[in-house]
This record gives sequence, structure tokens and C-alpha cells, in this order.
Amino acid sequence: MWVSVLGVRVSGDHFNLTRYGGLIMEKWPNNRAWLLVLPVFVIVAFSAIIPLMTVINYSVQDIFGPGQSVFVGTEWFGQMLGNERLHDALWRQFLFSGLVLLIEMPLGILIALAMPKKGWGVPASLVTIALPLLIPWNTIGTIWIIFTRPDIGLFGYGMNKLLGIPFDHTATSLDAWITVMLMEVWHWTPLVALLAYAGLRAIPEAYYQAARIDGASAWSTFLYIQLPKMRGVLTIAFLLRFMDSFLIYAEPFVLTGGGPGNATTFLSIYLVKIALLQFDLGPGGAFSLIYFVIVLLFSFIFYQALQRVGKGGTV
Amino acid sequence: MKGKKKFVGLIIYFILLVIPIYWMLNMSLRSNADILASFSLYPENLTFMNYRAIFTDPSWYMGYVNAILYVVLNTVISLGVALPAAYAFSRYQFVGDKQMFFWLLTNRMAPAAVFALPFFQLYSTFGLLDTHIAVALAHCLFNVPLAVWILEGFMSGVPREIDETAFIDGYSFPKFFITIFIPLIRAGVGVTAFFCFMFSWVELLLARTLTVTDAKPISAIMTRTISATGLDYGLLAAAGILTIVPGAAVIWFVRNHMAKGFALGRV
Repeated sequence: MWVSVLGVRVSGDHFNLTRYGGLIMEKWPNNRAWLLVLPVFVIVAFSAIIPLMTVINYSVQDIFGPGQSVFVGTEWFGQMLGNERLHDALWRQFLFSGLVLLIEMPLGILIALAMPKKGWGVPASLVTIALPLLIPWNTIGTIWIIFTRPDIGLFGYGMNKLLGIPFDHTATSLDAWITVMLMEVWHWTPLVALLAYAGLRAIPEAYYQAARIDGASAWSTFLYIQLPKMRGVLTIAFLLRFMDSFLIYAEPFVLTGGGPGNATTFLSIYLVKIALLQFDLGPGGAFSLIYFVIVLLFSFIFYQALQRVGKGGTV
Repeated sequence: MKGKKKFVGLIIYFILLVIPIYWMLNMSLRSNADILASFSLYPENLTFMNYRAIFTDPSWYMGYVNAILYVVLNTVISLGVALPAAYAFSRYQFVGDKQMFFWLLTNRMAPAAVFALPFFQLYSTFGLLDTHIAVALAHCLFNVPLAVWILEGFMSGVPREIDETAFIDGYSFPKFFITIFIPLIRAGVGVTAFFCFMFSWVELLLARTLTVTDAKPISAIMTRTISATGLDYGLLAAAGILTIVPGAAVIWFVRNHMAKGFALGRV
């Protein structure tokens, strides 16, 4: 009898804790706290506000040369919003980010669940998993060029010569996509796994004990204890993965250069082409602002949605 | 039985994780002619010529020095400004706190490609182009918000009774903050430093845009050399392997710290 009582008490405790937590964490009102935030504000504003003003400035002018420019209003915005190639890049970007989240989130959680909880295995697996995260992004691209080339790469050679499946990421769009996805999953799933692992480790042993006593299956333990408790870190992981996959540049640029054709030309690659290579400052500026607004909008929506789901779903 | 399946799955994942890196290591230990002539799973004619080429040429190895310099500079600046700000966000309620926090995070979302050109103009106006501090400051754009975000999480985990007791005991704020509070969250500081190091070390676009020769990081030198030498795979692979070394060393040093930080459940 007390078994199920314990189960209820644990979930009840959790409820009270968060409410109690909400009470004790009521913050001290103090406007002098701004003094502590000021250095951050200055340093980020220097790197954020001035360049952003510059971009806005570009986006409403036609610049012929130093000191020669004409105010054109929203012309560049109209031109960019109607740009077919930008639409294509945008859909490609959504498809890419969607696939990334769909694959990396469950896979990362699965890996975190499989990781050891104590002993020498903990630092060993942390070090191994963190390794891809500390490789510079264009080295990542280089690794995958060398790994997937049909003539010298283990993967490319294996596909073509051993399995007899023609595979060349420089020639076919599908192969290029597969290669970029493989690279992305290889590169970033560790981040999700690390964050999920951190969330798992924060769950007090008492919860597991209560679940064991209640005879909960591994699946319901996951669904009712682990998943709700990981909500915070998973939100961070989800947002970071969305933002960073949406901003991806260096890895596919090195690996495929956006090709073959435009098959892997994601938004950043297209933007750099316009702004830095063709030096079309006006359209580039307008493109930048549209791009930024899209990222902001989606991150905000996801953040709100995830917060709400978390509140409703906690048992 | 279940534990065993988990273990096998994890081992397979680790092998898949390491294979591409092993493949590059394999390439880096062979000469380019050898690589193109025959396919082999391990270097049959082992040579260190690619590494020798890099270590004897300053235009190569200074790339590593430059990258490490601005990464360390960035980590120090990010932590220095983020620590007090994170404390303010975790402890105080002030006008515009939520807006400020969200604004900081929006900078984490800004595409680097958007800022590349304006940064170039901004830093050339201040005469900072091609210096380590320029790259370090530019990387603050995404590292400072991240540092504030992570540190705030750790700090909110420290009960506020500790602050209150210390202030009643007559500690001044700076003394309390440095001698009591920061040691309490040192695992968090370690994790934050790790993330700052990581994101600054791996970034390419801004680092490449803001440097010409004096502060050019190794990752940018690599891309330039690909086009110049017409793809010397051996040399490229060796340079790549060497860019992994500092990161691997950092993880190795912070591994126990990381395990502890992760055990606290805050990242």
C-alpha cells in the first residue's frame, strides 16, 4: 500500500518543490543590478548594434561606391522577397533543419540513456562524445571530403567498389544531401547527447527508487520521470540545434560548395555569395534582415511552445 | 541483458564516431602520391613528411598560435563580463531584465554571415583589423550570451540563503562574489569556459573575414591552401589532425570537471 503512496508522494513532492521553488526564487527587486549587467551590454552592443545599424543602412540604399548612394526605400526587400533562388534556399533550409531535429533529438537522448552513470566509463564516454564538437567547422568538412570521396574515402570507396552502389557527392544532388546529413548528424548529435546526459544526471536517485518500487517499466520511467525532468536541457538543445542548423555555413561550404548545382546552397551560403562575393550590399543587407527575422521568429515560437508543452506535460 | 545491449549500442556509436577521424589520421601519415596510387585501410608506407612540412613553415604553424591566442582572449573576456551579469539575472529583478535577457539571446541567433561585412568595416574603422583582439571581440557576440545563459542556470541552483548570510556577516559584494560565490559554482565556470573555448575555436567565417595575415587562424589557412596547392590530401589531412589536438587536449583536462558539472545537471 505505502508503495503506491510513495509513488504519489514523490510526484506530489515534485509539484510542491517547484511551487516552493517558485516562492523562494522570487527575486530581490534592485535596479542597481544594471551595473552588473552593464559590461555585458557594452561589449555585446558594440558587436551587435553597430553592425546591425550598418546592415539596415545598406538595405535601404543603392550604393555605387564610397560616398555615392541613393535612398531606395523597400525596393531591395521587395526584390529579395520575390527572389526565386532565395525561396529555394529557404525551403532547402527548412527541410534541412527539420531533418536535423528529427534525427538528432531522439538519437541524442538514446545515446544519453545508454551512457554509463559511474566509474571510469563516464569521463571516457564524455571525452569521446565531445570530440567532434571541438573540431573546427571547416576541418569537419575536410574530414568528410576525405572520408566520402569515391577514390580515396573509406565510405565512398566502400559504397562504390565493395557494395557496388554508385555514390559521388560532387555529382548527384541526393548523394550530396546524404553526405551533408551524415556529416551534420555525426557532428552535432553529441551536443544533444551531452545536454540530455546532463539533464539525466540531475534527476535524484529517489525518483528511480520510487519508480522501481512501483514496478514501472523502463518506458514509463522514461516517459513520466526522465523526459519531464529533462525538459529544460532539451529545450536548450532543441533551440541550439535549430538555430545552428539554420545558420550552417562552413561545413557544407567546404564539403560541397553549395553544389552540385544549387542542391546544397543553404541560406548562409547564398547570403555570403551575394554580400561578400558579388558585393551587392543593398540586396545583401535586405536578405540579412529577412534571414535574421525568420530565425528570431521561429526561435521565439519554439521557445514559447516548448515552455507550454513542458508545463502541461509534467506529472 | 538489457545493460549489455545498451553497452554494445554505445560501443558501435563510438566506433562510428571515431572512424572518420581515424581515416583522416590514416591519410595524414601517407604521401599524396601514395594516397592517390593505392587504397589502403592503414598507412603501409608510414611517413611524417606532412607534419614536418607544417612544423617547419611559419605560415602554417603560426596559424595555430593565432587561433589559440584569440580563443583564450575570448574565453577570458566572455567569462569576465558574463559572471557578474549572470549573477544579476539570477538574483535580482530590475527594469527590463527579461527583455535584456531575450535581447542577449537574439545575438546568439544572428547569422554570422549577416555580420561578416559590417564587422569588417567596423573593425577597420577602429584600426583593429587583423588583430587577435578583433576576432576575440567579434566572437563575444555569440559567446557572451551563451556564457550568461549557462552561468545563470548554475547560479540559480545556489540557495540564496548563502548570499544573505554572507551579507549579514559583513562581506562586501566583490569579496563575497570572488571568495565565496564563484568557488561554489566552479564546475559551472568550467563548463562555461569549455563552451566558450569550443565555439570560438571552431568558428571560421568571422575569423577569416577579420584577419589578413598577422592573426590568421589555422582553419582559414587550410582553406586557402586547398585552392593554392591543388589539393594535397596528405598535407590537408595533417593540418586537420593538428586542429583537433588543442580541442582534444582541452577536453582531456576538463574531463573530471565536466563529469562533475554534468552531474549537477546544468549545462
